[in-house]
Amino acid sequence: MRPKRRQKLYLSLGLIALAAIAVGLTLYALRSNINLFFSPVQIAAGDAPLERQIRAGGMVKEGTVARDPESLDVEFMVTDYVDDLEVRYSGILPDLFREGQGVVVVGELQPEGWLRADQVLARHDENYMPPEVAQALEEAGYAPEDYQAKAAEMGARIDAKQQGASQ
Amino acid sequence: MQILMIPEIGHYALVIAMLMATVQGVLPLAGAATRRPMWMAYARPMAAGQLLFVAIAYACLTASYMLDDFSVANVANNSNSMLPWYYKLSAVWGNHEGSVLLWSLLLAAWGYFAARFSRELPRDMVARVLGVLGLVGMGFLAFVLITSNPFERLLPNVPGDGADLNPLLQDIGLIMHPPMLYMGYVGFSVVFAFAIAALLGGRLDAAWARWARPWTNLAWAFLTVGIALGSWWAYYELGWGGWWFWDPVENASLLPWLTGTALMHSLAVTEKRGAFKSWTLLLAIFTFSLSLLGTFLVRSGVLTSVHAFANDPTRGQFILMLLGITVGLSLLVFALRAPRVGHKVGFTWLSRDALLLINNILLVIMTITVLMGTVYPLLLDALDLGKISVGPPYFNALFVPLTLVLALFMGLGPVARWKQTPVRLLVSRLWLAAVGAVVLGGTLPLLFAERWSPAVALGLVAALWIVLPMLRDLFEKTRNASSLGAGLKKLSLAYWGMQFGHLGVAVTIVGVAVVSNYSTEQNVRMAPGDSVEVAGYTFTMNELSHREGANFVADRANISVQREGSRRSFMMNPEKRLYLATRMPMSQVALRPGFLRDLYVAMGEDLGDGSWALRVQYKPFVRWLWLGGLLMAFGGVLAVADKRYRRLATAPDPESRALDTIRREAKA
Repeated sequence: MRPKRRQKLYLSLGLIALAAIAVGLTLYALRSNINLFFSPVQIAAGDAPLERQIRAGGMVKEGTVARDPESLDVEFMVTDYVDDLEVRYSGILPDLFREGQGVVVVGELQPEGWLRADQVLARHDENYMPPEVAQALEEAGYAPEDYQAKAAEMGARIDAKQQGASQ
Repeated sequence: MQILMIPEIGHYALVIAMLMATVQGVLPLAGAATRRPMWMAYARPMAAGQLLFVAIAYACLTASYMLDDFSVANVANNSNSMLPWYYKLSAVWGNHEGSVLLWSLLLAAWGYFAARFSRELPRDMVARVLGVLGLVGMGFLAFVLITSNPFERLLPNVPGDGADLNPLLQDIGLIMHPPMLYMGYVGFSVVFAFAIAALLGGRLDAAWARWARPWTNLAWAFLTVGIALGSWWAYYELGWGGWWFWDPVENASLLPWLTGTALMHSLAVTEKRGAFKSWTLLLAIFTFSLSLLGTFLVRSGVLTSVHAFANDPTRGQFILMLLGITVGLSLLVFALRAPRVGHKVGFTWLSRDALLLINNILLVIMTITVLMGTVYPLLLDALDLGKISVGPPYFNALFVPLTLVLALFMGLGPVARWKQTPVRLLVSRLWLAAVGAVVLGGTLPLLFAERWSPAVALGLVAALWIVLPMLRDLFEKTRNASSLGAGLKKLSLAYWGMQFGHLGVAVTIVGVAVVSNYSTEQNVRMAPGDSVEVAGYTFTMNELSHREGANFVADRANISVQREGSRRSFMMNPEKRLYLATRMPMSQVALRPGFLRDLYVAMGEDLGDGSWALRVQYKPFVRWLWLGGLLMAFGGVLAVADKRYRRLATAPDPESRALDTIRREAKA
């Protein structure tokens, strides 16, 4: 009986040690790799940390996408219809990236207030308002009326433009 | 316009299938509990009937797609009259409703085959296994009928044409990937049913493990191929050249794969040594639960990705409820019945038993880390604690070291003996392999690339440490035979399955290590006449042109590629397509595949002045990733073909009967 019991003891001790190491590593890795989401209005309010990777999102503002003629550098404004955020990126933008489309950019906020993006993700939003952004605006105390009209207006303008292009 | 009755027939067949699944789920289980053979006898015919009627429903939906019946909402939303016929066929499962129907069809098929190939099983066991499968089938068919009816009509306002299939899904990868993945997910339902049946019946012996093993291996092999196909599809279709993104949807398929791998190994111990019984049962329950969790994550719309079609909260709630009931009930059964089936078997710390235990622990830790990274952001969001995302660095930081530790034990496992292995034996068999792995792994990166990378060296050492001990083992197993051929012939298919499975892991590790460290990527601005050099290849853009496809228009670049020091050149033609019905743009990548390297050119965006942004990549050994996956799956299938399982379908032959007697005596 005794050796068996000892085996069991070792087994449980080993398991506990392994589990502790695993949980420790996991929490450490999670803590240093979590990217929080901020909307332009939160960044303007100074809520977002500097020199740390964050995610920011909103809509690409019309007429603000500017390509450098020599390189792949690009600048554009991301808006939540209340505040704007300047984003600079070097590389290829995703297929769905377009003025008036929802984007999420991953990168570091610079002290001057613009964001250096390492990654730009685009997605198609039916109502020109990503849900995270709507939530952030609500938390900042804006009523839906404050931005929904603007969103609808911009949506209508872009829809009209696209209609024109496809005809 | 003429309105066909096909969708109504399909809908009706689905209702019948659900009723049959209900009978299959209730009567045989009740019959097994009360020992009523008549009730138990319902199991097999109902399994066959369920398959028949789900197949009819599925055929009806397919027919609606093929006939362009846009009065069916599902067809109108996901197909188009211009869509080629093979994409119409695959569009059936390229949407929420259709894919859940495919899930149900495959579940019914697995159930039917479980009924067909279980002639040797005791009657009450068959009744319980099929009963549990019937209950699962009932849940999913109810899900289809209540929340995701694919046969809903758009009457009387029938659209003139469909909205078209998402262009990303118009691809051979999509034709193959979901059915394979689902075969894996759903296949684990069989071993889950076996586990619940064992708990209910209190029978869990070597014979039980021998029945459960082939089903587990087969499901695992399908899942492996499904994951590999998904990775391959993402690689050439998304235009980034990435092959694994740690996207929650990918993780959802990896989770049951990890526990499924643990389950295969734990089942081996249960069969050969009669140990780890409760653990095996728990793993079977977890593996299927994680398959359901994956389905929930993908199908509920809590995630935003190409995979998430549905945004209807009732669907999410329904699957969550299904998941809760399955996990809750099966864990309850486990808690109430598990102690009855367990009994203790001793082994020392240097034995195959112990090494497989370590393998299991490592795989479970990997599962937990991936699960935490995947579910943590969703939990925080659900509890309104903020929107976060967990990036690839988290997963890499944990998964890579854990894989290396796993590789360390994979080298020891196949050489070690059951119960006890003398240290001297291990050292004498393995010292050469260890030296070989370190020396070769350390120097090979120098031959291949100019830059020595410690990460690549480590990966190669790990891979060689898996392969070399297996070669040594092959040598040991065959050297007493009259000839090498005769010796190799004597080895069982299960043994070969293990060899190929482990070889596949080694090949994948080499692929991951090399492609992650020696890839070159350049994003460049190019106009006709410009050229760029990447990793010894010169890419010259000759011209830009315009092309019209069946349902898209495309900008096309013609690029000639020449290797340094070689006279021959070849063409690569990436495209940027605009799909007409959805007005969705998509990059069609130009690939030059090779065993040792891929060249990859994708068109980014039109920069206006006649030049384009191009993504040019050199990806060494990238094919090894998927080759490894195929080898693993091949190993799994080989093990299923082993003759000790085949005996289940036919009468027992005298040789294996004698072997069984010997085994039984040895155990006593």
